[in-house]
Amino acid sequence: MNRKNYTFRIQRFDPEKDAAPRWDEFAVALESHERLLDGLGKIKDFMDGSLTYRRSCAHGICGSCAMKINGKNRLACQTLARDMPETVVFEPLPAFPVIKDLVTDMDPFLEKNAEVLPYLMNDEPPPERERLQSPDDQHKMLQAITCIMCGCCTSSCPSYWADKEYLGPAAFVKAARFVLDTRDRAEDERLSRVAHGQGLWRCHSIYNCVEVCPKEIDITGHIALLKRLSVKKEWAGRRFRKKG
Amino acid sequence: MMHYFDTVIVGSGLAGLRAAIEASKSGSVAVLSKLYPTRSHSTAAQGGIGAALGNEEPDKPEWHIYDTVKGGDYLADQDAVEVMCGDAVRTIVELEHLGVPFSRTPEGKIAQRRFGGHTREFGAAAVRRACYSADRTGHAILFALYEQSERQGVHFFPEFHVLDIEVENSRCFGLVALDIRTGEIHTFNAKATLIASGGFGKVYKTTSNALASTGDCLGILFRAGIPLEDMEFFQFHPTGLYGLGILITEGARGEGGILVNGKGERFMERYAPTIKDLAPRDMVSRAVITEVREGRGIRGGDYVHLDLTRIRREILEERLPEITTFCRIYMGIDPSEAPIPVLPTAHYAMGGIPTDLDGRVLEDEKGSVVAGLYAAGECACVSVHGANRLGCNSLLDTVVFGRRAGTAIGASLKSAEKGEVSGEGIARAKQELDCILTGEGREHAASLRDELQKIMMERCSVFRNERELRQLVEEIRVLKERASKAGITDRGRRFNTELLEAVELGHLLALSEVICLSALERTESRGAHYREDFPERDDRTWLRHTLASQTEKGVEVRYKPVAITRFQPEERKY
Repeated sequence: MNRKNYTFRIQRFDPEKDAAPRWDEFAVALESHERLLDGLGKIKDFMDGSLTYRRSCAHGICGSCAMKINGKNRLACQTLARDMPETVVFEPLPAFPVIKDLVTDMDPFLEKNAEVLPYLMNDEPPPERERLQSPDDQHKMLQAITCIMCGCCTSSCPSYWADKEYLGPAAFVKAARFVLDTRDRAEDERLSRVAHGQGLWRCHSIYNCVEVCPKEIDITGHIALLKRLSVKKEWAGRRFRKKG
Repeated sequence: MMHYFDTVIVGSGLAGLRAAIEASKSGSVAVLSKLYPTRSHSTAAQGGIGAALGNEEPDKPEWHIYDTVKGGDYLADQDAVEVMCGDAVRTIVELEHLGVPFSRTPEGKIAQRRFGGHTREFGAAAVRRACYSADRTGHAILFALYEQSERQGVHFFPEFHVLDIEVENSRCFGLVALDIRTGEIHTFNAKATLIASGGFGKVYKTTSNALASTGDCLGILFRAGIPLEDMEFFQFHPTGLYGLGILITEGARGEGGILVNGKGERFMERYAPTIKDLAPRDMVSRAVITEVREGRGIRGGDYVHLDLTRIRREILEERLPEITTFCRIYMGIDPSEAPIPVLPTAHYAMGGIPTDLDGRVLEDEKGSVVAGLYAAGECACVSVHGANRLGCNSLLDTVVFGRRAGTAIGASLKSAEKGEVSGEGIARAKQELDCILTGEGREHAASLRDELQKIMMERCSVFRNERELRQLVEEIRVLKERASKAGITDRGRRFNTELLEAVELGHLLALSEVICLSALERTESRGAHYREDFPERDDRTWLRHTLASQTEKGVEVRYKPVAITRFQPEERKY
């Protein structure tokens, strides 16, 4: 075991006390294998009980503890001490309104999801048993279904910083998850929900989202697919109109 | 702020959401969670959900029933097990239709794999019964159910912490909750209240459970006089990542992984000659600890190895990607090349709030129902898991009994009276918070919690005995006393998580005491409850459920019979 001393520099904001964010520093000793979330826990438990952040599963599956750590959005529970320099800087996820310390308002982010009709739609009478789907078809969704809605991607997106009405990468991953599902029948409806000026066309393939995704989803690839399908649909529509 | 709903549900995991989908067909539904809905700990369930689909090899619900009863060391109520296993195939098909992205067989059917204690022909050999979505099965189902409940117009109240559930004269009127963000108290008046708040693994130091798994609602109901059933039965999963307790799914052994001790032996061959590493969790956890105690840990240390190097890399990547990633991130290990250090980790409460087959909460050993109060999922005890739950039966339990509770609630709404939470419940909740907020104590709630988790782990985990349990009960009572004088530093109203952690500590302490007292009384070994001073199962005295209640004199323990339909208790061998 390898114990090291770290300085945690944390952006603080208490809406009941502070007019603007301020910075606090804490000295934290961590074993090399410990998570930064463990370090935040040590501060909260024994140094400053008012330090506020979200956390639950502590192993990268619930998506609660997304924050900006040394300039990059990531999960505090999935970042280990051994991968960090001596000073670790914590900030709330950028571009989301701050509620307190590292806690941001996730509602605007989650509401974007509802736009893309995030549920399987298929009105055909279901068969007696499961609908069949080949392993290859199921694999097409594999990346998209691992999304944990942590917000790292959308919060890292310059297009989102510039326009808070922009749907943002997470919502596109959700749309792609259903477009890629061979059991779903609402592709057209979904594409029309995302193919607009504050939708797909606002993505400039900056790739920040891919860089920060803790589940390593090729988000920009999924957005490209949606763009491709939207264009295809548009062209098919034009041909149809000419004939008519 | 006052709210009126036909149904209010606490918890947005699998049980709560499945119930919400059902109940929202008959009336308005509110779902409260102290997290955002998709952060619920159901999302961490990895390996699978059990059903005798027979997609990969012949299987029958009858065999599933037998395995569940035997796995539970004959303490499960067999009428309930018949309901669960009998409804399993329909349940999985329904989940698939709702959109769950299950992994598939080459023919396109739902793929299935082996899991601990699941066998064909009444124990002949392991069977492929666990339906899975890689090793993210809980996550896949949780999102599908959340998405469908949103579509159905269920009202979500994220980051609402329940402070009080009002039960008076065998009737529930609703509950009182704190809006974490604003610090405002809200009351939810309801015809039906469903508790689906999950487990309480945070009573232990090493656990696979989330930091949020603190059993608040069980603590609240216990305080209100509702008994808690079979609390001595707490499952330790044999393969938690060493030092962290993060779960490595039993599916890893289902795909061919084995446990190895310091001498390089596949030791489960000695403990369960027929199904070896796929024996039920209570047996495997005892085996692991026994190997370690007898000096056969890795390099004589306090862990063993889970060896997945025999599984082909493509299979690991396709079917076990999540745990492969955990090993890489947290241990710096590639499981296709090196074995994984593991040790048992506190995982699942078999016990909980007693209910009937439709989720109605029962307030005594005679089966009297509390009108308007329901429970489902890990917080409930139907009892389908008896003294030890089989892997992939918990997800099944949540969905089957969540749906049944939702249906029962829907049917009750027409004749049910409107609930109205009294001023008393609101005052109680406010007082609880004010007491902590204005307390002048200097002791940290967090250090008391750490102490509790440590002593629970040391004295009330896989192996137990009277001397240590007695000592533990005394220690818990001292901690309770100290906790009443603990103080916090954050006196603010908004997003005060320090305050809520202090509230949670109260529940952890209460539940720990119930676990210990129930364990102390049960002078036999059955399933996950192993008494070193009483190593045999004793059906003559102990084939019965424990019911622990809070009375004026302290915790009182009573008992009720086990429902036995098809399978008489036999010696449990694998």
